[in-house]
Amino acid sequence: MDPTPFLTLSALLFTIGAVGVLVRRNAIVVFMCVELMLNATNLAFVTFSRVHGNLDGQIAAFFVMVVAAAEVVVGLAIIVAIFRTRRSASVDDASLLKY
Amino acid sequence: MIAFWILAPIMVAAALGMVFARKAVHAALLLAVVMMSLAVLYAVQDAPFLFVVQIIVYTGAILMLFLFVLMLVGVDSSDSIVETIKGQRLAATVVGVLFGVTAAVGVAQTTVGAVVGLDEANADGNVPGIAVLLFSKYIFAFEMTSALLITAALGAMVLAHRERLSPKPTQRDLAEQRMRDWAKQGKPLGPLPTPGVYARHNAVDTPALLPDGSIAPTSVSRVLQVRGNMRDVSKDLTALDEPDKES
Repeated sequence: MDPTPFLTLSALLFTIGAVGVLVRRNAIVVFMCVELMLNATNLAFVTFSRVHGNLDGQIAAFFVMVVAAAEVVVGLAIIVAIFRTRRSASVDDASLLKY
Repeated sequence: MIAFWILAPIMVAAALGMVFARKAVHAALLLAVVMMSLAVLYAVQDAPFLFVVQIIVYTGAILMLFLFVLMLVGVDSSDSIVETIKGQRLAATVVGVLFGVTAAVGVAQTTVGAVVGLDEANADGNVPGIAVLLFSKYIFAFEMTSALLITAALGAMVLAHRERLSPKPTQRDLAEQRMRDWAKQGKPLGPLPTPGVYARHNAVDTPALLPDGSIAPTSVSRVLQVRGNMRDVSKDLTALDEPDKES
């Protein structure tokens, strides 16, 4: 199996995720787009693991998953905490530090 | 490779749909589609362990967490259309497309050399192979993830914790409040009448009948009344008046 299509797909998904992060305003959707980017990199890791014939790439993907899980827990807790005080999940509303 | 060509368009379409979806719940479900397809691609590429972990951790745990928080925050909290920075959306899209084209062209032009394949590395099975690496070469990183997970769990607890500002009402307070409501507003002291007691059904949409044959309005949930789902009991009433006729 040629690895190039897999890598191209990974790059495409990463791009879509990055555009989503830039374009969307709902904090939860932004977060989901970050997850999409992490998943895209995981696909590249697994593909390269197969190309090079060792399992280090799969271990890297595994660690990315663990860190993503921890990140989601803390991030969603922050979103809920902000929602409680501001009644909004929009990323534009939490801009007090700007002023 | 067949799996790839079937799944790749689905994944790209779902990812694009995620960016364009109006409702956050739809975005979450489309993300689930992408993650499941990714899991299949892992399985295709000789990574059965990651296939299972992807489904359990990502679609199982993380996405459920997302949906949980979505329900908590409010499903209909839609995006604001207002642009805080002028032309940001357009600029982001242009930069994104440029980045995507650059990355895709870059990937397409590189040669990765001969594909070794994982047959040798997976000789003892994929899970033992990963375990050997994880508990020898990567043992320190592995131990660090445990610290990370504990920190994350504690952090989430601290962030989600809320200090109670007013004392919790005791059973006595509640009883006194009930008596006060009864004395001042005439609210019933006991529980509300159960539905359908004197009619012939005990479904929740059947109103209870008072001794004079009129409907007890508090016996049916207000939600059902507003929706117009309250059962019509007039037929039951006539049947009650003439019991022998019906049978």
